[in-house]
Amino acid sequence: MINVLKVRKSQGYQAIPDIRAAKIRKPFRGLPVIGKESCKKCSGCLSVCPAMAISTDPLSIDMGKCIFCGDCETACPEKVITFTQFHKISTDDRNKLIIRKGTTADSFYSSAISVRKEINRLFGKSLKLRLVSAGGCNGCEWELNASGNVNFDMGRFGIDIVASPRHADGIIITGPVTKNMAAALDDAYHSTPDPKVVILAGSCAISAGIFQDSLEINRSFLDKYHIDLYIPGCPVHPLTVINGLLDFLRK
Amino acid sequence: MKWLTTKNNKPVNLKDIPLLEFKSFRGQIIKHVKSGMRPVLFFAEKRAETHVLFIVLADDDNSGLYISSGDLGSKMQYQSISMEIPGFWNFENEIHEESGIIPEGHPWPRPVRFSSGNTIQTRMEQYPFFKMQGEEVHEVAVGPIHAGIIEPGHFRFMCQGENVHHLEIQLGYQHRGVEKLILKNNLKFPVHLAESIAGDSVIAHCTAYAQAMEALAGVEISRRAQAIRAIALEMERAGIHIGDLAAIANDVAYLLGNAVFGATRTLVINSLLTICGSRFGRGLIRAGGVAFDITDELKTEIKQTLTKVLADVERMGNEMFSSASVLSRLEETGIVNKEKAMEIGLVGLPARASGISLDVRSDHPFGIYRYYPVHKVTMDSGDVFARSYLRFVEIKKAIKFITEQLDNLPAAGSLITPVKKLQENKFVVSMTEGWRGETAHAVITGHAGSLTKYRIKDPSFHNWLGLAQAVRNNGISDFPLCNKSFNLSYCGHDL
Repeated sequence: MINVLKVRKSQGYQAIPDIRAAKIRKPFRGLPVIGKESCKKCSGCLSVCPAMAISTDPLSIDMGKCIFCGDCETACPEKVITFTQFHKISTDDRNKLIIRKGTTADSFYSSAISVRKEINRLFGKSLKLRLVSAGGCNGCEWELNASGNVNFDMGRFGIDIVASPRHADGIIITGPVTKNMAAALDDAYHSTPDPKVVILAGSCAISAGIFQDSLEINRSFLDKYHIDLYIPGCPVHPLTVINGLLDFLRK
Repeated sequence: MKWLTTKNNKPVNLKDIPLLEFKSFRGQIIKHVKSGMRPVLFFAEKRAETHVLFIVLADDDNSGLYISSGDLGSKMQYQSISMEIPGFWNFENEIHEESGIIPEGHPWPRPVRFSSGNTIQTRMEQYPFFKMQGEEVHEVAVGPIHAGIIEPGHFRFMCQGENVHHLEIQLGYQHRGVEKLILKNNLKFPVHLAESIAGDSVIAHCTAYAQAMEALAGVEISRRAQAIRAIALEMERAGIHIGDLAAIANDVAYLLGNAVFGATRTLVINSLLTICGSRFGRGLIRAGGVAFDITDELKTEIKQTLTKVLADVERMGNEMFSSASVLSRLEETGIVNKEKAMEIGLVGLPARASGISLDVRSDHPFGIYRYYPVHKVTMDSGDVFARSYLRFVEIKKAIKFITEQLDNLPAAGSLITPVKKLQENKFVVSMTEGWRGETAHAVITGHAGSLTKYRIKDPSFHNWLGLAQAVRNNGISDFPLCNKSFNLSYCGHDL
């Protein structure tokens, strides 16, 4: 028993005290920005992007598709594209995930998630989610797990991932939605009582990411229902998840 | 000549692989496996009107790989090998599903991954489960969506009272068509797909991919790049094993273990982030080397962190593994004995926990492991305790290995040598030992070095059957514990 107490004492307080102020260090790749330098249209970035996330004329990067590999940053001879360490990149609007020239961390974040009074009223004090992994590679799954561990401790904000859709206020989806999971995803959605939210976590869930060309996916579910929150990443970082959810709930 | 011998990461000419008449091919396989070799890969390749089956056997004692092929001609069936060697069951099911070839007399024909690209199409709801009848007999169906934050798969327990008589595992829900996408993209983006074969084994799979490409291009990467890869692989091993100990602690309601191991894992994977920007090592491994260096400053920092990790793991592990209430749950739960493990063909940590001395790092050394050999550690009991305690041992060994590598990091030099053109008409097998076990990629190139076949085998491909065997005659309530002690990959199996 005394040893157990010693172990406990050696651990101290593990939780990140201020989750809103926590930062992620270099070389983490968060929000990409397009600099003022003029793009010479060499299309170097286009040819290395594995997720078809980049469009030119004018240059833009779709964070919903981006897997944050940073290959475009390396490929660009003019250093037009830079990945910042800014991680609060969740939004409620698919279009806002498209980063254009002039987008900065502040300009992105200030309008990323708009106030929805009913969300705050219904789920502001407690949000219970059911995870549906539909082809997720286990990267986002591990990170969602980590969001609840003693370091990130999402539970202190009343946000948890629960065992059954029957206990949940919504579903959070990872993976590009494989054909073989399409029916189960639909079941999970219908088993969740109304009112409910749908959240997409990771590039695969948002756009199918690097699996856009696969013949084994079926994303018709996502066309049918309103998506309340997009959490980009490959995989999603726990700080992106928690801050995104807190902004969504307006906490 | 019946076999062509090669080694891990050593390409051979496609035309040098013996093409045997099928009966003799089958006889050769059975003879060699019965004399101690182990199947690494077995797959079919369609050629115009015929099918050719390729086999790769491992001679683990001599670091050898034996390759051969058998010509089926226009026939679409052959006598099943699983009848003689059960370890072939999943390979033969895979071959049947993909090509339509029938392994006659297969003891357990089952769909593997329900791909829409398969020749044999089965609907998921038509999976042929075993049926059991009798008094107090009932079935428990779980999944595909599970209660935890994990991937999907369907488990069906055939129980007598609380006792599990048989567990059948239906997978395929995660099938994304990775192998086909790699061929489709050809040499353009496979590295990112390799990183996503199993998101918890980024380094293991990506290293196997990169090694295969380098072997085919005849590129030898710098010693420093090799060391950085091995450091990352061991960090992945330590990080996930610590996470697994947290999960095992949680499943026996030992919450202190869950909290402490959980927090310790964060330190390890955050260290990986300081190297390459991703907690899972994404972006680090590239064909031809690594994309990030470890500076002297970072080296000192990582060593400091790992010293703390080692102390924390030892303190917590020693306490947990001497707690009677924990041990009573782990010991003699979910036993897979050595004989059974050999029969199934277990690989990786579960194999070592059942007394089989297998580890690609020492049996078929690759990269920096060729110069810094890893000593294999095995245990005999094959129970949840062995699989848990071995994790504890491997974490400590991994951290010591990383520290040793950081201290001896070869002088700065080129980190990446571009891989341009692959040699044509070659066959290469690249294996790594990820935290789950033997991770094998086989690549065949065709005209002008284009990829014509990309075959991936995650260790889970063999080990899922181990889990099914482990839960037999255990209480159903011990299933989660058995499951965590294996921690197998759904997407690595489903591809």
